[in-house]
Amino acid sequence: MHIVVCIKQVPDSAQIRIHPVTNTIMRQGVPAIINPFDLFSLEEALRIKDRTGARVTVLTMGPPMAETSLRKALSLGADDAVLLTDRKFAGSDTLATSYALTSAIKKLSEEEPVDLVFCGKQTVDGDTAQVGPGIATRLGFQQLTYIAKIEAIDEAAKEIVVHRRSEGGVQVMKTKLPCMITMLEGTNTIRFGKMDDMFRAARYGLKTWSKDTTGADETKVGLKGSPTVVSKVFVPKPRAERAKMVEAEGGSPDALAAAAVEAIFGAQPKLADDLLGRAAAGL
Amino acid sequence: MSEPSKPQGRKFQLPEHLKEYKGIWVIVEQERGSVHSVSWELVGEARKLADKLGVEVGAVVLGADSPALNTICAEAFTYGADVVYKVADPVLSEYRTDPYCRVMTDVVNAYKPEIVLLGATTLGRDLAGAIATTLATGLTADCTELDIYMDNRSLAATRPTFGGTLLCTIQTLAYRPQMATVRPRVMSMPDRDDSRSGRIVEVFPSLREDDVITKVLNFIADREQTEAQLAYADVIVAGGKGLGKPENLKLVFDLAKVLGGEVGVTRPLVQAGWTTFDRQVGQTGKTVRPKLYIAAGVSGAIQHRVGMEKADLILAINTDPNAPIFDFAHLGLVGDALTILPALTDAFGKRLSVNRLAG
Repeated sequence: MHIVVCIKQVPDSAQIRIHPVTNTIMRQGVPAIINPFDLFSLEEALRIKDRTGARVTVLTMGPPMAETSLRKALSLGADDAVLLTDRKFAGSDTLATSYALTSAIKKLSEEEPVDLVFCGKQTVDGDTAQVGPGIATRLGFQQLTYIAKIEAIDEAAKEIVVHRRSEGGVQVMKTKLPCMITMLEGTNTIRFGKMDDMFRAARYGLKTWSKDTTGADETKVGLKGSPTVVSKVFVPKPRAERAKMVEAEGGSPDALAAAAVEAIFGAQPKLADDLLGRAAAGL
Repeated sequence: MSEPSKPQGRKFQLPEHLKEYKGIWVIVEQERGSVHSVSWELVGEARKLADKLGVEVGAVVLGADSPALNTICAEAFTYGADVVYKVADPVLSEYRTDPYCRVMTDVVNAYKPEIVLLGATTLGRDLAGAIATTLATGLTADCTELDIYMDNRSLAATRPTFGGTLLCTIQTLAYRPQMATVRPRVMSMPDRDDSRSGRIVEVFPSLREDDVITKVLNFIADREQTEAQLAYADVIVAGGKGLGKPENLKLVFDLAKVLGGEVGVTRPLVQAGWTTFDRQVGQTGKTVRPKLYIAAGVSGAIQHRVGMEKADLILAINTDPNAPIFDFAHLGLVGDALTILPALTDAFGKRLSVNRLAG
């Protein structure tokens, strides 16, 4: 079985700047980590590897510095790593990104057919949750997002049973490989790397692929291949006025609390009735 | 919101053949006969945008044919839809990406709406990402504001970026439809108008269960529905890092209990393992708009703010008089949450029980 895990290197803090002319994000000088949501998917892939001996390839698209995240994934136990990097990819939105990643997964499939693609549920920087579904749709894989649990994988029958988080409950689903899975946060805990994997990760000769390596169509990547346009980037407007401060003589907690309750009911007279109804219903 | 000057070029001009795309659609999220409130919130928002453009609001209702499905179709009119596209097929009874995506792609291609909106829920995000790919169009996730730029009649979808430090307005100018997802509670619930009605367009998809690879074996309903409760709670008491240690979160729970409310927390508390992710309010957690939001020991980082600033009344408790939360809370109290919270629990408890006896 061949598993591809798509990861993204993201800035570790909110310390980001925006290019004043192009309105695109400047990532220089910000510490980078693997998108935390991707780690739940990576761990799940490694657990399948532990059970079945599957081969795990990690794939990322990004600037050359994204190599750091790939080596980190190798040190945790991934077998191979591919860095998809090309200036032509710069400025790709989710549609263009899923196209570029799909071109790389198709190339990986030529070496060994891919049965499972794992993606993060979403990233912490873009927060879109769109790239995974984009890849699944392009590959024609079954799409399994928000997976809380992989109950069973039958390698021979190419079947998988999963628990999918949906609103108000869990869908237990059975489907056929190949499929694309995004794991829900908190479903597992990423392992510590083994010493020999760490040494291997440091020495590993990364595969660095460009647009031409995967044969991606230039008109479908980068700014040109992205239907969305960022028309404005701005700082959220502060509220017009500051909070009205609650004060009380002596400043004891009880006096302050009493003053706060009066202030709340003064500002929202209807709230008292609502709360009363609620308290009555609850008792 | 001012309209920035537009650059010229292929990506910025709508090609002639796409100008026939008209109307604003909401894909109504219906599962097991009940509609997710976000769908009606979006129908209300679509109504405002459609009135600006002078076009119709379409609601797409998918599912297996049933009296409940017909009720939902009728309800869509009362919230502001002009047309309901009723897509009924037994294969659509449970949500699965593949048949839903195939049907929606066909329906969009057939009726050509200029804007398609979905809730940013597990269903909406799953489906939106798939349809935007088959339609090869732009999709903006988790928008906090939608507007129309009238000079080119385009959708301006504003969303927080980089954990809410910045907002950006994203547009899809040269492709149709323009797609966006919006989180529950970001838009207000429209008033029902039972006198409204409209026309129903019945769509009969040619789906065969044998063509769908993924099967739903079972649905296990949640025993405790904290997930849904937080987003729709009327009263939320939230705790932040100012509480000091995990045990002190109990003080927040105590106050919430007296108020019949829910407990929310900031992201650092979830990351530190104090409580579960489903209680996180903010950019990467839930968006809430309760009548009362009490924030205890919350500094007011922008990541948290974007998830709760639409509350009707915010009371902030913080030891630091310069904490950013006082810049957008309605009421502020400078003090230690650890002593104020129990005092508030007492004060509310007394006030509410006194009123009850008097009433």
